[in-house]
Amino acid sequence: MTALLKRELAIAFRAGGGALTGVLFFLAVVVVFPFAVGPDMNLLARIGPAILWIGALLASLLGLDRLFAQDREDGSLDLIVMQPHLLPLTIAIKCLAHWLATGLPLILATPLFGIMLNVEPVGTGAVMLTLLVGTPAITLIGAVGAAVTVTLPRGGLLIAILVLPLVIPVLVFGITATNGAIYDPDPFTAPFLILCALTLFSGVLGPLAAAAMLRHSAD
Amino acid sequence: MDETRTDQPADRLSLIGEKLSVRRGERMIVCDVSFRLNAGDALVITGENGSGKSTLLRAVAGLLPLAAGRVIVAGPGAEDCEVRELIYYLGHQNGMKGALTVRENLDFWQAFCGNPWMDVEDALEQVNLLHAIDLPFSYLSAGMKRRASIAKLLVSEKPVWVVDEPTAALDAASSDMFRGICQEFCSMGGILVAATHLPLGIDGAQSLRLETLSGGYDDDLAEAAAEGELLTPEADA
Repeated sequence: MTALLKRELAIAFRAGGGALTGVLFFLAVVVVFPFAVGPDMNLLARIGPAILWIGALLASLLGLDRLFAQDREDGSLDLIVMQPHLLPLTIAIKCLAHWLATGLPLILATPLFGIMLNVEPVGTGAVMLTLLVGTPAITLIGAVGAAVTVTLPRGGLLIAILVLPLVIPVLVFGITATNGAIYDPDPFTAPFLILCALTLFSGVLGPLAAAAMLRHSAD
Repeated sequence: MDETRTDQPADRLSLIGEKLSVRRGERMIVCDVSFRLNAGDALVITGENGSGKSTLLRAVAGLLPLAAGRVIVAGPGAEDCEVRELIYYLGHQNGMKGALTVRENLDFWQAFCGNPWMDVEDALEQVNLLHAIDLPFSYLSAGMKRRASIAKLLVSEKPVWVVDEPTAALDAASSDMFRGICQEFCSMGGILVAATHLPLGIDGAQSLRLETLSGGYDDDLAEAAAEGELLTPEADA
């Protein structure tokens, strides 16, 4: 299993691995927003955390189609599902590697993008914390979508459409918790704990559902 | 190869296919195929393009659902494993990552499949590819990629090999080399199932010829199967 993690990370960070595509997309979203909203610094500061969350969410959805489709194209997926390992565990490892390669860079880039959106340091900190807890859920739920569309050519957009309704709760509670950290009367702990629960829940259910899909999407 | 392993319990396994039928959508591709392979046996499946060789192999490897029949691995130690866990499947694709070097690819498969057998260097030596060990897999030619995939069979030990067109893209010398590897594998008690339209020339291999099922819909098939004209497995020693 460590071998799988090492391999996935090596592929993601080699040339053509596309680990940083998500960060570039995130950058594009963040850069474009202030031009659309106009030069109102207060407004930007107020909606900044939401923009950061939306950017990170869309960027996380972007790379999901690579999760299984790449392995299927070169035949590795056949061998992976045939091994005597627990398939949900294998999938959880693949999700972990995917998150380390695509999700973590988004979180690390957040402080820089926060400055571009005039978000206060405490707001940026809250966004980073909620993204840290929330983006694994996006990857884990996305794994189910990736498994469903693995046999379809160009399934990328379809994954986004399938997965988006399921990750809306993550977005809602992520932004609620962030706002709770910035504005005083709003609660932080309750939405943050629900966000944690969403991640834990999808951590169990996502790999199981994806494994069931991969076993039955025979071709 | 490693001679000390010939007395392993895995050597007394047998792979049995009972009346296998595989359907793709509405079409029946493979109908009522049976075979029995004991330790050390090889089965060469031939047939024209589209006759269902790859489909049959994928079904045997557990990658496609069977419409009817079953695949059993019988023998000591095989009772509580799924059949697919005992099989090394080498399909049309090589299952290697172009961005990683040959060594990294083989190291990964050795660690992931478990039961390490030969060292990566030794396995590559067997397929005359030691000089390319640190090249990214995508730099290799088609034949070299195939040889690296054959080395993949050697790094991790499984009692059954299921190989699909293993010698496609290989030159004559490499095909000979592959035949030698297969014969050693069988002589150690391995079971080999190969689909090919190029003769592999493995001594003592059983052969099975698949006919294209024309029409392919269920009623025709039921009739054809009843008349026993679909398949003629024969021993070809």
